[in-house]
Amino acid sequence: MTESAAILTKTEAEGARRPGLLRRLRYLEPSNLLWILLIAALLFLVAVPIGKLLIVSFEKQGSGDFTFANYATAYGRVRYLEALGNSLMLGGLSALLAVVFAVPLAWAVSRTDMPGKGLTWAMVMGAFIMPPYLGAVGWILLAGPNSGFINQAWTWLTGLQAPLVNVYSFFGLALVISLHSFPLIFIFVKSALDLISSEMEDAANILGAGTWTTTRKVTLPLVWPAVLGGIIVVFLETVALFGTPAIIGIPARINVVTTQLWQFFEYPVRVEVAAAYAMPLLLITIGMIAVQKLLLARKGFVSQTGKGGERRPIRLGRWRWVVLGYCGFVGLLAVLMPLAVLLQASFAKAWGRGLSWDNLTLGNYGYLLFRHEMALPSIWNTLWFSAASATAAVVIAVLVAYIVARKLVPFGSVLSFLAMAPFVIPGIVMAIGFYAAYAAPPIALYGTALIIILAFTARFLPIAFANSAAAVRAVHPEMEEAARILGGGRLLTVRRITAPLIIRSLIGGWLIVFIVASRELSAAVFLVGPRTRTMSVLLYDLSEAGNFEVLAAFGGLLLAITLILVAIGMKLAGRDFMLRRS
Amino acid sequence: MPRLTLKGLGKAYGSLKVVDNVDLALQEGEFVCLLGPSGCGKTTTLRMIAGFVEPTEGSISMNGEVLSAPGAVLPPERRRMSMIFQSYAIWPNMTVAENVGFGLQLQKLPSAEIRTRTRQILDVVQMGHLADRYPAELSGGQQQRVALARAIVVKPSVLLLDEPLSNLDANLREEMRFEIRRLHDEFRITTVYVTHDQSEAMATADRIAVMNAGRIEQVDAPHLIYTQPRTRFVAAFIGRTNLLEGQLANGEIGLDGFSLRAAQLGQKVPDAARPILLSVRPQAMSLSRSQPQTREGRPVLAATVAQRTYLGESWDYVVHPQEGGLQLRVTAPPLQVHEVGEKVWLELDPQQIAIVS
Repeated sequence: MTESAAILTKTEAEGARRPGLLRRLRYLEPSNLLWILLIAALLFLVAVPIGKLLIVSFEKQGSGDFTFANYATAYGRVRYLEALGNSLMLGGLSALLAVVFAVPLAWAVSRTDMPGKGLTWAMVMGAFIMPPYLGAVGWILLAGPNSGFINQAWTWLTGLQAPLVNVYSFFGLALVISLHSFPLIFIFVKSALDLISSEMEDAANILGAGTWTTTRKVTLPLVWPAVLGGIIVVFLETVALFGTPAIIGIPARINVVTTQLWQFFEYPVRVEVAAAYAMPLLLITIGMIAVQKLLLARKGFVSQTGKGGERRPIRLGRWRWVVLGYCGFVGLLAVLMPLAVLLQASFAKAWGRGLSWDNLTLGNYGYLLFRHEMALPSIWNTLWFSAASATAAVVIAVLVAYIVARKLVPFGSVLSFLAMAPFVIPGIVMAIGFYAAYAAPPIALYGTALIIILAFTARFLPIAFANSAAAVRAVHPEMEEAARILGGGRLLTVRRITAPLIIRSLIGGWLIVFIVASRELSAAVFLVGPRTRTMSVLLYDLSEAGNFEVLAAFGGLLLAITLILVAIGMKLAGRDFMLRRS
Repeated sequence: MPRLTLKGLGKAYGSLKVVDNVDLALQEGEFVCLLGPSGCGKTTTLRMIAGFVEPTEGSISMNGEVLSAPGAVLPPERRRMSMIFQSYAIWPNMTVAENVGFGLQLQKLPSAEIRTRTRQILDVVQMGHLADRYPAELSGGQQQRVALARAIVVKPSVLLLDEPLSNLDANLREEMRFEIRRLHDEFRITTVYVTHDQSEAMATADRIAVMNAGRIEQVDAPHLIYTQPRTRFVAAFIGRTNLLEGQLANGEIGLDGFSLRAAQLGQKVPDAARPILLSVRPQAMSLSRSQPQTREGRPVLAATVAQRTYLGESWDYVVHPQEGGLQLRVTAPPLQVHEVGEKVWLELDPQQIAIVS
């Protein structure tokens, strides 16, 4: 605003001659130009793929004529409708199980004097960073119907041949999914519990309620919105999940929406039908997030402002060992057991033979690193795709966040809306949109690195945006105004004041996007070509081949890379940088 | 020629006029307070002076040169002003010395001079020993001193302060109030100070501009603002007062239940028949148990105590004169105790009564 005005006075001084179009373009304010560029980028990344998905779902393959035939095909078979039903049930069951795992843990860590809180916290973090499909592989080794370790131990103990547990079942699938998604509910509920002052509980105690009654009637109802928010997020994650349902569900003949979409992409590719079939996924997501907003807006849980009030942990007495036991049990299921069997398998000649010296080998890693033709290129691909998309997402996000926060342009909210929009688009739907919009000529990005990087950028833009917006909001505008009134222009101010203040948060955001991008499967699997396979896709390929030792070794590599990144992130951006709720 | 002139200044957001036709001229070295309730447009006015907000009407000029007019605003960085913000806006990523030296750096001064001037000004605000600290290690009052040093060290043409003390606790606020005035007496920088706290304005300013609903109601020296308020708003906003409506005719002011001779008042009144509004401060009246000797021209009224509040430094009584329906607040010393319902005599001092309009 002020720059354009200064320019105005200058032009007036130069004479009353009306400036021509070219001259006026030269005087266009930089932030307006940037706004146009950002709008273009966001349309390209978000609006076009989704728009194209909608259009394609009504187009006849080849000719492009208008038709409802795709919808008729997509919903014309019982099998396809069953998959829809399965997805919804799976989402519900997984969310329920995740609540059972997460809420007691969150309560124990936040409100009680249970020992081993740090360990519990580390364990939840571990469950969060472990790629879900790796957990799935671990559980196949643990609970495969015949050779799974748990079933073998059962047979050894009881002499019974019938397996105790079977991962290839609907419940098994839901359990494995919930074991990797419960950290989401944990984060929501714990941060809500952290805001409740002990006075809330004291007020109930003084009226005669015991610890248990108070927890049940006061504490938990107060965090109900957080629990509900967590349930919705886990439900949506599950419905949109591809890896675990593909690895466990397909052998178990449990068809869900995402695996069905994958089948529409098998030769001959039927994008039009897939687009039509993806619509419920999109609508459910948008609907659920709208419902969540409505529900949370209606109830005035004022205590969550959390001003003042002392916080004392609840004394559990002997019960604290019981609670710790439960935390340990969840940790065992979610992290320790799958991780142990994966590591064992990765160093084994044959995983079923268990731990013994003659079964030990480095051959699996050696094979991957030196003889496998795709392993190293896929590691390289993963690293640079993730780095490129994290960079692109953070750059776009921070520009949008800054322009919107400082109200540099009119209608800035259009920008933030577009940047947040991918939040309600499941990754798999996004991938099909990208495929429909950019795979075919004239743009012809199919099989290129670019289409994957763009899709990742779009998919993780909301994470980067939420992070950047929080960072920019934390810088009081007066910080910048103080520099300007002392003689610094806007660019100098951004360079000398704003950038140093937000750079740490931005690095944290960059690492989060990098980490989630490096293990992303559901979008990648639709967009990779022969030369652009990522680690996650290669891992999925290996799981189809059924060679669990090599698969486990490759998973070990992926995990090692993730751990290094997480360690860097904790060093640079704080211990809880991934689990912070913005 | 005045240093800073606001002429017909206005700012409207849509149809909402936040600042409306403000005229104000500051002499070189003058300290003016913009005082008013929240939402009166004082901060917007200050931000227009700084160049952060574009006016929709009128102009701002410095030394005769127009800085701001609708559609033509010199950006803040080219005004050679400095400002102290409500949040202090001390940059947390720089040390105290770096914060203070920043403006000098932007002026491209040699680094030796930057160092000397930074050290000198930090000594002036008694922060010299903390020059290498980071702001997070400082208390609120210390941060405030850094903000002061940072704003003064550049020798600005105008110093702007936006509610600088509102985040401090009461004792510190009083201390910093005198600190700000002391620094002004030392450097004589032309200053505009925005506050909603009248005692702050009284303690610091050469002149106070009282603002209400986007307009300036009165600009005067602090004691004149208090003793001779020109509008009903100013009289009620500054201190506590009793506003009495009356009728002026033939040199006599008729009030509810009694009357005054216009000639007795401290201010001269043009002798034309009209309605009149008087402001009588609670200190301008006194109470007594027995009827005081009638002194020349001092009205004495019989009254009843209706309410009382003990404030420690004084009693605050509400009394009903027997004639008419008035209710008057009267301040009395702590030892002068009257019960509610007691009959008292009320004496007014016409010299202290102000004609508002």
